[in-house]
Amino acid sequence: MSTPAVTEPILDVSDLTLRFGGTTAVDAVEFAVGRAELFAIVGPNGAGKTSIFNCVSGVYRPQRGSIRFDGEELRGRRPDTVAQLGIARTFQNIELFENLTVLDNLMLGRHHHLDYGALAGLLYLGKAKRAETENRRVVEEIIDFLEIESIRRSLVGMLPYGLKKRVELGRALAMEPRLLLLDEPVAGMNLEETEDMARFILDIRAELGVTMVMVEHDMGLVMDIADRVLVLDFGQRIALGEPGRIQSDPAVIEAYLGEAP
Amino acid sequence: MSVTTEGARRRGAGRGRPLLYTSYAADQAIWNTPAKRVWTLALLVAVLALPFYLDRDLTSLLTTVFVYAIGGIGLNLVTGYAGQVSLGHAFFLGLGAYTAAVFGGEATDDVVGLGLDMAIWLPLAGLVPALVGFAVAPLAARVRGLYLAILTLGLVFIGLHIFNEADSITGGAGVGRAPAEPVLFGVDLTTRFELFGTRVNRDMVYYILCLVVLVVLAVAARNLTRSKWGRAFAAVRDRDVAAEVMGVSLLRTKTLAFTISSFYAGIAGALLSVVVGRISPNTWDLFLSIDFLAVVLIGGVATITGSIMGAAFVVLLPRLVDELSAYLPFISGHTGEGFLSVFQLQTMIFGALIVLFLVLEPRGLYGLWVRVRNYWKAWPFSY
Ligand SMILES: Nc1ncnc2c1ncn2[C@@H]1O[C@H](COP(=O)(O)OP(=O)(O)OP(=O)(O)O)[C@@H](O)[C@H]1O
Ligand SMILES: [Mg+2]
Repeated sequence: MSTPAVTEPILDVSDLTLRFGGTTAVDAVEFAVGRAELFAIVGPNGAGKTSIFNCVSGVYRPQRGSIRFDGEELRGRRPDTVAQLGIARTFQNIELFENLTVLDNLMLGRHHHLDYGALAGLLYLGKAKRAETENRRVVEEIIDFLEIESIRRSLVGMLPYGLKKRVELGRALAMEPRLLLLDEPVAGMNLEETEDMARFILDIRAELGVTMVMVEHDMGLVMDIADRVLVLDFGQRIALGEPGRIQSDPAVIEAYLGEAP
Repeated sequence: MSVTTEGARRRGAGRGRPLLYTSYAADQAIWNTPAKRVWTLALLVAVLALPFYLDRDLTSLLTTVFVYAIGGIGLNLVTGYAGQVSLGHAFFLGLGAYTAAVFGGEATDDVVGLGLDMAIWLPLAGLVPALVGFAVAPLAARVRGLYLAILTLGLVFIGLHIFNEADSITGGAGVGRAPAEPVLFGVDLTTRFELFGTRVNRDMVYYILCLVVLVVLAVAARNLTRSKWGRAFAAVRDRDVAAEVMGVSLLRTKTLAFTISSFYAGIAGALLSVVVGRISPNTWDLFLSIDFLAVVLIGGVATITGSIMGAAFVVLLPRLVDELSAYLPFISGHTGEGFLSVFQLQTMIFGALIVLFLVLEPRGLYGLWVRVRNYWKAWPFSY
């Protein structure tokens, strides 16, 4: 269980422990993510992957440990203040605003970039108008990038699953995050959609230089694109390292073959 | 990411293709099509001309529509847009009415009154309730659904108690007091005068005044709802966890919704008291709150235009029923025959309509209007 040291990690998690009543969802987990790294978290169902994301983004309150983002402690922060630090995420079960258009969903990602108050909103003159127009431009770039021009005015609730996933990625990108958490970005997708999504993820890293942590069950995808992989089982870290090494790790094989621990 | 502004340069405007926008600003405008601009303008002119052709009591009734629309828009902001059910609207209306009465009313032996100008008392009638709304919002932001409904219901009862007890402000139970004096910039709005050879009476002036306030506040509300705050309202209403993760502060957003809603309620309360002419503490009860919920539900949740439609409906329907009941044999009008009173019939129609709208057209009158509009846009094709 030796960790290759990451110099100046953007995300540094140590001794993270989260309990729900009797079950320990995350058990003293430790890992660090380097800048511009594509870091994957894998593990069987219920291993605690989503729980880690929820701890990082402030949705769950872990009992122990620390989560440092660029040196700042995230524990105890509310989700909105975590987001404002530059962390965006997508959800395992898409959490889009279904009654709003694609545009509005993406504009919501710009919420804290839109620097005007309620009074300016009521008047909608100079400042608010300018901010809306400028941020709309940023959103249009993301729409171009994700190739969703033709649905920008559609209500999100009417879109097929694969597109929703893409819009949710767009909403997270609209936040211009420094760290992007992707919870099962290709779950439930067919091969073509999966390849599209993989391409977007690689482009995000190549063109935008955003650090990403990705939870994914699709081992093929993880092996293909991740720099390093963290393997969890029953809330505990059982392996961490490069994809090639992970694949042959006996503890990982055991967890995945479902042998009784 | 390739940075282009190609999306902004969709060509075609000015060449007979009015639905193509050439800038994001034009796209984001409220009246974003020529048709909307023309119709709104025509409607406004018609509405302005109306009091010159109507009886005084009908003019006054339409003034009440405007006032209800202001209050309805306020409630729609917090309940329709931000999804925070409030039964406490009547309390904030009352607060606005009494704030206006204290600052703008005449002092008598029984009640206090500073007799200030409307230019002062009207904004204060919004600001004081807004401040109270701001103060209770952190409490209200902690609970949701049924608990929020009960919490805001509590406001109405506390309000009724205070209004009934505070004799020197409200005149007390069963007595009431006179509202604020409608003196704007030193001009007494109740004096008659001549305009283009027509006599302009008090009701016409109130009508114009309330219409102007409504237009200003409706445009402001529409602005707010298309701004980042409107999107935040919807986000908090639909998925509060996702909203927070997007950087939207729940507390801040809900507080804003309650504060602005209370401002609108206060203005509506103050104007209502002036239009009605006398205010009694028991006016501001749960039934008034429910009237405003009806405005929102019948007009359509999360639409400003709908709130105005809803207000017209809620205010005009009782009058309509009243007029029609003269022709219905089973209704006991003011004479006392028949098995239903006019009031009972009004209540029943009201209740039935709310249920019908909730079941058949949750988007209310506004939803109906959109359907009709889309039908005619596509005419003669029915798809
Ligand atoms: N809000 C909650 N309340 C109670 N228990 C929870 C809650 N969230 C997660 N858990 C429990 O914590 C454990 C880890 O759940 P988590 O969702 O993190 O798993 P996961 O690795 O994301 O699984 P999957 O691959 O199925 O998404 C599970 O046993 C789950 O039942
Ligand atoms: Mg999960």
